[in-house]
Amino acid sequence: MTPGSRDFDVIIVGSGPGGSTAADILTAAGRSVVIFEKGRNHLIDVEDPSRLASDYSNDEIKFMFRHFLGPDPLLEPRTFRRDEAEGDRIRTGEVNNVPSTVGGGGTHADGKVPRFREEDFRVLSEWGPVDGASVADWPLTYADLEPAYTEAERLVGVAGDADANPFASWRSGPYPMAPGAPMYGALLTSAAAEKFGWHPYPGPTAANSVPYDGRPACNNCGFCAFFGCPIHAKGDPVASLRRALMSGRAELRSETFVSRVLVSNGLATGVEYVDAAGVTRTERAAHVVLAAGGLETPRLLLLSGFEHPMIGRNVMFHFQTYVLGKMPMRVHPHKGRAVTHLHDDNLVPDDESLAAARAAGLPWFKGGMVEHAGPAHPVVEARFSPWGARHKDTMRASEMRDHMWGFCMQGEDLPQPTNRVDLDPTVRDVRGFPVMRVTYKAHRHEEVASAYYAPKLEACLKLAGAEWAFTHTSPGPFDPVPISRHVAGTVRMGTDAATSVCDAWGRLHDVPNVVIADSSPFPTGAGYGPTLTLITLAIRNIKALAAG
Amino acid sequence: MPVFFTADEYRQVEAVCARLIPTDQDPGATEAGVVDYIDTFLGAFSFDPPRIWAGGAFSGRFGGSPGFATFHRLTPLDELAWRTRIEGSRGLPEREWNGPVVGLQERYREGLALLGADFADAAPEEQDRRLSEHTGFTALIYEHACEGMYGAPEYGGNRGLVGWSYIGFAGDVQPRGYTDEEVSQP
Repeated sequence: MTPGSRDFDVIIVGSGPGGSTAADILTAAGRSVVIFEKGRNHLIDVEDPSRLASDYSNDEIKFMFRHFLGPDPLLEPRTFRRDEAEGDRIRTGEVNNVPSTVGGGGTHADGKVPRFREEDFRVLSEWGPVDGASVADWPLTYADLEPAYTEAERLVGVAGDADANPFASWRSGPYPMAPGAPMYGALLTSAAAEKFGWHPYPGPTAANSVPYDGRPACNNCGFCAFFGCPIHAKGDPVASLRRALMSGRAELRSETFVSRVLVSNGLATGVEYVDAAGVTRTERAAHVVLAAGGLETPRLLLLSGFEHPMIGRNVMFHFQTYVLGKMPMRVHPHKGRAVTHLHDDNLVPDDESLAAARAAGLPWFKGGMVEHAGPAHPVVEARFSPWGARHKDTMRASEMRDHMWGFCMQGEDLPQPTNRVDLDPTVRDVRGFPVMRVTYKAHRHEEVASAYYAPKLEACLKLAGAEWAFTHTSPGPFDPVPISRHVAGTVRMGTDAATSVCDAWGRLHDVPNVVIADSSPFPTGAGYGPTLTLITLAIRNIKALAAG
Repeated sequence: MPVFFTADEYRQVEAVCARLIPTDQDPGATEAGVVDYIDTFLGAFSFDPPRIWAGGAFSGRFGGSPGFATFHRLTPLDELAWRTRIEGSRGLPEREWNGPVVGLQERYREGLALLGADFADAAPEEQDRRLSEHTGFTALIYEHACEGMYGAPEYGGNRGLVGWSYIGFAGDVQPRGYTDEEVSQP
């Protein structure tokens, strides 16, 4: 084992939105940090952080089929099973590949960053328990987070309309930027949704609608979800990481895998890591911030020998319900920033949905935010088209791309202690470490909510002009692995050290100088993407850490 | 000259792709050079840097300098992954951390053998019958044919942008992008 280069105040594991935010807050407070990232750096020039890299591109092959943002499923496989009765695993390889690269999950997202609602932080008090689920209140409130939400929106640069969503909770000020150009298809479905009695609104988006923070406005290229932004109009997380590196107090080490948090007498003393050359080294610091994501953070705790029985339990994704249909006109989903409109009407229970829940034997159910969107890329379209004589006619007609539009509901996924991540007993990554295994099955809550809202969404889509529509879910009958990259819950926060792993400030109950700064602490997942809320938690919790 | 396939294999793959994405009033896989896309992929390590990831940020087709033409260098780990995926693990311990991996090159050679060495000279109906019979290999080569038809031309296919042109797709549009009017109007 070889010692590292020098000591830092804080070690940060992971360079995604959480780790980059932690680095930004800590360096602004005068602390020195080293950021470890196991993936490659295609985001920023570490020698001159004012310069952003030019490796991202409008390239479907590179981003959709050749794992450019990682993780490569050969080098770093993950495994999956629905439950223990299925044996050790039913899948090895690509299981929920949230990017492993400098910038983490922020690089591939289309940057929809709504806030959670006030009641999302007290689901148990508001709606009550559900059999088989570990529904809980958060140990903090929306009001506790509101100032940090505002700061997060300013730091990453969010374009939105503060008055457009009647379901949104109160906010202390406007968004930093106005919304960008609405997509044609979204205008059609928004008009239909309004006729349906719903309340569509321009989705708050971490993509610049005007030049902001030294980065250009988004130019609507359409290669947004699943792609790194070639012009860096997406602010999450490059804005925070660049500020941190430009402070001169942050060092970024990519292609470096942290394999162990070192603990002595109940406190972390540093980390052990494997550098790009394969050499095992150690680095020491007074604090360790873990921001490796909802899957890799619990894996690192388990690799380190942490023994809290709740580590890895309650893993949540989103239960995605896709309702897509063929529009009579070409709606060109490849023009624009992937998703420009949302509605929350299917996220908030009402009298009718509560009656449907009771009829299904549930006390209540919640859907999620609904994204108005369509498929944008021709290689994916072609793979879903038949080969042979019908191929060209199918592609010319483009019922599955240029004419296709619809909805994706990001359904709230209730936490269940039996849904968990742990270390696979035999499968190893290329460095020889046990990989993460997901054991996951949706609760009836998600399935009932999806089945309740899908016909309504189909009816709405037909009102918008769709000639036909169909519903597909993930997880679903064709694939039990959830494709939602919105992973949370695996290092649950709470006040009781027996039922939670970290406290309301992200500090591990057992090792309090280890702070979690990603979506792992979320007690419940809400029906919104996790990114803005995890950045907000990081701002609040890392400020507390910096203040000592 | 192909970099991976023999002349006979090249002719066979070209014939397969012509059945998967036929030529009609518009160009098909043959005109797009889909066989060259597949040959370049399976022979990616004949090039330096290997033809795995085209560069960024722009192709030059809508302005900016043509960065796609310069492929990324691979890290040692990425070279290990892609060599293992394409060439197979071949009993090399450093490629078998989770056991043996059958590479794409071997899967192609096995698949082409199943379709028959006389495939290129068989009647179209017979070609389709064999493709329908060997669904596993047909699914594999069809995935790659779609990439070669509708992916960026720097990877060897979509020659003359014929794949994008006949479906009315502009492809990579950075740094021009689309105007707000193009986004919001029919």
